[in-house]
Amino acid sequence: MEQHELSLAQLQDSFSETYPRYTKNEATVEADRCLYCFDAPCIKACPTSIDVPTFIRQIANDNLLGAATTILESNLMGHSCGRVCPVDELCVGACVLGREHRPIAIGRLQRYATDHVFDNGIQVFEPGPDTGKRVAVIGAGPAGLSAAGELAKRGIHATVFERKELGGGLSTYGIVVFREPTNVALEEVEFVRKLGVDVRTGVEVGRDISTAELINDFDAVVLAAGTGRVPDLGVPGEELLGVGEALPFIAATKMADKDGLEDLNAIEVGNEVIVVGAGNTAIDAAAIAKRLGAERVTMLYRRSREEMGAYDFEVDFIRNEGVDIRFQTQPVELIGEGGRVKAVRCVRTRLGEPDQDGRRRPENVPGSEFVLPADQVIKAIGQEKLVDLYDAVGVEHVGGYVRTDDELRTSNPKVFGAGDCVRATGHALTVTAAEDGKIVARAIAKQLGVPEPESAPGATRGRFLHDTVNEFGRIHG
Amino acid sequence: MADLTTDFAGIKSPNPFWLASAPPTNSAYQINKAFEYGWGGAVWKTIGDPVLNVCNRYGAFEYAGNRLVAINNVELISDRPIEVNLREIREVKKLWPDRAVIVSAMVSSNEAAWKQVVQQIEDTGADGIELNYGCPHGMSERGMGAAVGQVPEYCEMITGWVTAAASIPVIVKLTPNVTNIVPPAHAAINAGADGISLINTINSIAGVDLDSFELRPNVGGKGSHGGYAGPAARPIALHLLSQVAADPKYQAAGIPISGMGGIETWRDAAEFVLLGSTSLQVCTAVMHYGFRIIHELCDGLSNWLDDKGAASLGEVVGASVSRISNFGDFDLSFKSVAVIDEDKCIQCNLCYVACDEGAHQCIDLTADGVRVDPATYTGSALLQPIVREEDCVGCDLCSLVCPVDACITMVERPPERAPVTWNELTRTRPEVTTDWDAMIAYRKEVGIEIH
Repeated sequence: MEQHELSLAQLQDSFSETYPRYTKNEATVEADRCLYCFDAPCIKACPTSIDVPTFIRQIANDNLLGAATTILESNLMGHSCGRVCPVDELCVGACVLGREHRPIAIGRLQRYATDHVFDNGIQVFEPGPDTGKRVAVIGAGPAGLSAAGELAKRGIHATVFERKELGGGLSTYGIVVFREPTNVALEEVEFVRKLGVDVRTGVEVGRDISTAELINDFDAVVLAAGTGRVPDLGVPGEELLGVGEALPFIAATKMADKDGLEDLNAIEVGNEVIVVGAGNTAIDAAAIAKRLGAERVTMLYRRSREEMGAYDFEVDFIRNEGVDIRFQTQPVELIGEGGRVKAVRCVRTRLGEPDQDGRRRPENVPGSEFVLPADQVIKAIGQEKLVDLYDAVGVEHVGGYVRTDDELRTSNPKVFGAGDCVRATGHALTVTAAEDGKIVARAIAKQLGVPEPESAPGATRGRFLHDTVNEFGRIHG
Repeated sequence: MADLTTDFAGIKSPNPFWLASAPPTNSAYQINKAFEYGWGGAVWKTIGDPVLNVCNRYGAFEYAGNRLVAINNVELISDRPIEVNLREIREVKKLWPDRAVIVSAMVSSNEAAWKQVVQQIEDTGADGIELNYGCPHGMSERGMGAAVGQVPEYCEMITGWVTAAASIPVIVKLTPNVTNIVPPAHAAINAGADGISLINTINSIAGVDLDSFELRPNVGGKGSHGGYAGPAARPIALHLLSQVAADPKYQAAGIPISGMGGIETWRDAAEFVLLGSTSLQVCTAVMHYGFRIIHELCDGLSNWLDDKGAASLGEVVGASVSRISNFGDFDLSFKSVAVIDEDKCIQCNLCYVACDEGAHQCIDLTADGVRVDPATYTGSALLQPIVREEDCVGCDLCSLVCPVDACITMVERPPERAPVTWNELTRTRPEVTTDWDAMIAYRKEVGIEIH
């Protein structure tokens, strides 16, 4: 482990947003290509049902405020989603132009529109007239912020309790900065605050305020706490120096992005880095290690490409970064020397019968052990579920996920769930969290007898869920 | 949100956007749907004498991959029985009391026929009547439409019949297929019209098929002129609007204009408003994209008004009319020159060829800062265009052909002589208009050098 002294120019090159902003000309040319389809498939492919053709037409017409309003009306987290959505799997993948030519770059156009209002500090929405109702939201990630903002638009006051120092959840702490700069996430928190939402950071529910207080003092509670730390691998050697979790590793780069990219040089990175896991967090951690100067980065995944939750574009991306993915390989021991990790003993696996979530279970192949050198091991095998919190709030949960109905009601009539803690199936994306926030706000308003605003977005749209189960836990957008 | 409510000669609508009399306003089904989307009003597709339509009614003018830059049509007025139309108009107006429902009419040129149709329209509860004096095909051959609009005397006579009979506002729709649109506008004013709408469609042929030699639109092997509309027609509409808006007699009459001709976006609408339109009519854009465009028309127009600090649309109606002028009143000392931003320049050299062969030869191509002749230059450098400012006549062609946003800008320079207009100059020195020696002497005197 060492600090790789990279020049500021190198850091900027590696950690600035991958796709630069569109110039006005680029945005106009791209927007003018949009066919403005009727009943467009891109709208249906968007979990939050953003009216894509309309906002693109508004960009073409130089009505950027209108474009941003169209986006944010459907998705309060649209500023993030334009950057982090797996658009090739969603709107861009659905674009009809992809069938005969090149699809519209919807994500980049979305960024172009939301950047306009966030750069210029334009407050797009006003809070609704005060209804006197109060809701507590646990967690200031995309689901919690979306719920709180949507409640505010309905005149329901929301107080968001966030245990971390900053709001924004994984947008602030967990998405690699060249996809989403930290300030984008923080701007989104301020945007929601300006709707009158009280975001209280550094307040942990269960430690600084009891769950009973929340349930007694508020008209409803939204459980949007996300997930917890990365679980142990359960192999010898986890206590060795140089072994750590992916999320704090990524979070360090996010904070450096906020405070000045030179701080990235303070992050210790090995030369032989092993990342255990192959989900989105694992991919981000591997890419960061590589870009911070690691000589060799290897991802270990105990199943095959077929079972891997990552999208093709993510696998292509990480391979282009020069990262090796070892499929059907799992660590059985972290070998140390003088208290520091120096190698990982691995074993090959073969795939047996499908387990309860339908994917073939890996079994170790006897006698197939081998050793990979490693001076850093990053664990990214999913996150622990916050079952103690679920129990404290008094909601039923299954397999680590809060049980909800289609309106995201839990077994406790005062408590609603949103975001990664309810997403038992499918990709847990920023955009699905944002949609959860809308569903929850609508359900709470209904329960509290607050009428829907006249142009309530997406009121007739159904809930979006993928049907594949993702073993790696969260795959964020 | 700026106030978009519109009062056009007493006809009120929640926003200035009306569907123009055309295929999108053919039926109650369509207009009900349009009103649900939020359209402020609709001018019912022209009702009148019986007609028969043909197949292949529309032809598109396509340009550089854009499918419908303009549309040409030979569709006639409503081919639905007049009683059906009247019944549906009544139903629509009853359902939508806050929207403008205006009925376009065109009947044979006799007073009784017009009086009858006015009565029939008034009986529906409609808010106004629009007189279709513009339809350039099919009806004009029968002495209606443009055949009336092109003859100011007919226009005045028929409008007079209608205004005498009508108790609701009467709007006269003007045809662009005239040499001067002002006399027909005067005819409408003389006859007591409550408002003017313009323009109707322009005579055109959409194109010729290079394989079959048929015209577009093609009706069984034959073609004819049809009415041209859509974005490519807009500059012509703006000009005709400006002619009426700046006319003193029109201004003294104090009646509003409903502007149309290629309005597709809020920006187009704003241009019509600045040149004096109180309400706006839209057809081709709806035929292309559907009624849903109303959302962005209103949103964009409202955001623009907010940006301009205007609380209502009414504040900016006609705000550019005072700028409508004549060549003879332009300041001949006004000076602007082209400036190329070399950091933005992508060296396509379209500006060079446009200036060198299409204009006034004041852009040079350079290699490493040295002027080169592209015909003989054999080096490998990408050539950089630069403006010889002292020779630039300020024509603006280079910036118009430049594909890069804000790369070539026309920059105003201080005038090099006292301001004077052509009219002023020729009043004091009439000889410069006929005698080249006198003109050359004048130029020498004030320091004008034309290379």
